[in-house]
Amino acid sequence: MLKDITLGQYFPGDTLVHRLDPRTKLTVVVLYYVLIFTASSPLTMLLAVGSLALSVYISRIPPRSLLKGLKPLMFLVILTGLLNLFYTDGQVLVRFWVFRITREGIFRSIQMVMRITLLVCGTFLLTYTTSPLSITDGLERILGPFRKLGLPVHELSMMMSIALRFIPTLIEETDKIMSAQKARGADFDSGSIFKRVKALLPVLVPLFVSAFRRADELATAMECRCYHGGDDRTRLKQLSMGRADYLTLLFWAALLGAIIALRVYGL
Amino acid sequence: MEPILRLENLTFRYAGAGEAALKNINLTFEKGSFTAILGHNGSGKSTLAKHLNAILLPTEGRVLVNGMNTAEEQYLLPIRKTVGMVFQNPDNQIVASVVEDDVAFAPENLGVESSEIRRRVDEALKTVGMYEYRQHAPHLLSGGQKQRVAIAGVLAMQPQVLVLDEPTAMLDPAGRAEVMRTVETLRRQGVTVVLITHHMTECIHCDRLIIMADGQVVMDGKPGDIFSRVEELRARELDVPETVSILYELRKAGMDVPLNALDTEDCAQAIAAMLHAG
Repeated sequence: MLKDITLGQYFPGDTLVHRLDPRTKLTVVVLYYVLIFTASSPLTMLLAVGSLALSVYISRIPPRSLLKGLKPLMFLVILTGLLNLFYTDGQVLVRFWVFRITREGIFRSIQMVMRITLLVCGTFLLTYTTSPLSITDGLERILGPFRKLGLPVHELSMMMSIALRFIPTLIEETDKIMSAQKARGADFDSGSIFKRVKALLPVLVPLFVSAFRRADELATAMECRCYHGGDDRTRLKQLSMGRADYLTLLFWAALLGAIIALRVYGL
Repeated sequence: MEPILRLENLTFRYAGAGEAALKNINLTFEKGSFTAILGHNGSGKSTLAKHLNAILLPTEGRVLVNGMNTAEEQYLLPIRKTVGMVFQNPDNQIVASVVEDDVAFAPENLGVESSEIRRRVDEALKTVGMYEYRQHAPHLLSGGQKQRVAIAGVLAMQPQVLVLDEPTAMLDPAGRAEVMRTVETLRRQGVTVVLITHHMTECIHCDRLIIMADGQVVMDGKPGDIFSRVEELRARELDVPETVSILYELRKAGMDVPLNALDTEDCAQAIAAMLHAG
């Protein structure tokens, strides 16, 4: 049961969005974050929504599964919407008890809800179309220059990819330990929260012991395969930026430029 | 010809342990040979294996790999590149989330060019028969398949010696057979193989069998010769192959049969020959 989880919610595919270099996608996501917080007028917000919709369309990711990512954040979205609705000063439209709704409040509230939605959907589009490993790889390359400043870029990305590699293994192990303890009468499903958390303790102890043993063995195996840090390391899969990557970057840079210009002119 | 591995007066004591885990061991391994090392838990066979590529360093004596002393820091990478090591638990040897990325790990560490890495990865995966699975996630493979990927990961380094430390201990019989077939293929390709095991049947086809007990080499010779020393093995609580056990019983009953038949065919022929003669 636990074994079937999908990691990073990656939807394999072969569209333009999937094929783009992870570095391009990471850069675009950052540009997009700037873009949605620059866009404030109805026209520019429309551009922000439209550009994301276009990307989603090209990626063939069902929009519904993108919106699903919003579910856990629903509370935050609604709260932000309500706070902005009731606490923005301006021309009062409705007033009841201690609340008052202003024209600016309505507008502000719509704006913030849209921004959060776009932010989440944009991020999810990245993780849906890029495998966790490519994201790690892309981050390692993008952050490469910071190595000279002492940031352990290679080590961080190696840790991340090993963590990703071992998540399913450790989940499987948790499953096994839980079954073994259920077989001896452990009860994980009933009682108060406090009681259930307490019941998990005997699962965590062997899990940790085993994780440390695994780490030790893995380190030995890595040394046996001549691992000696990131220096002089080559890669099987070279990342390469193609024409599509440069065009994509150009498109988003231009769009961001346009939105900044529109904002300056007050449109 | 200079042996590829040479152990001279090797003694090793774990930190804080009173008794030495390995006591004054002298062994050489010839290029292209297939040696099995057999012994109970705690006999020191895994500790011995870990000395062959400088994971452990001798307390006394020395280990030479192609003439390079494992105690000298400068030889560390050349030694690890010469002697590849496969361990018991395949899960704890696989580094990457995709089979081919994992096999590429060693050549990547060695700074091999990416087109050459691709060639080596494909070759190694074909050798172990896992080429079709190159895009798979390791955690979805069977134990035997995972262990073959681990072997491919070592082969991509192009080692001259392959040390396998109980590679089948955690596998089911089918997985065990898969791994042993792979080892057999490698041996035919001229790789020097050192197989650490406690399965009798895996030693039958090797050139040389070493029996270890209490950190010492107690027997060393051709598997046929060693297994025919039935009383001596049983005194050490080690089993003998079934064929030898049958022949031994026949012999005890007064029949004149040799004891060194290790597979069913040889055993049947030995009995037939005895019947004809009688």
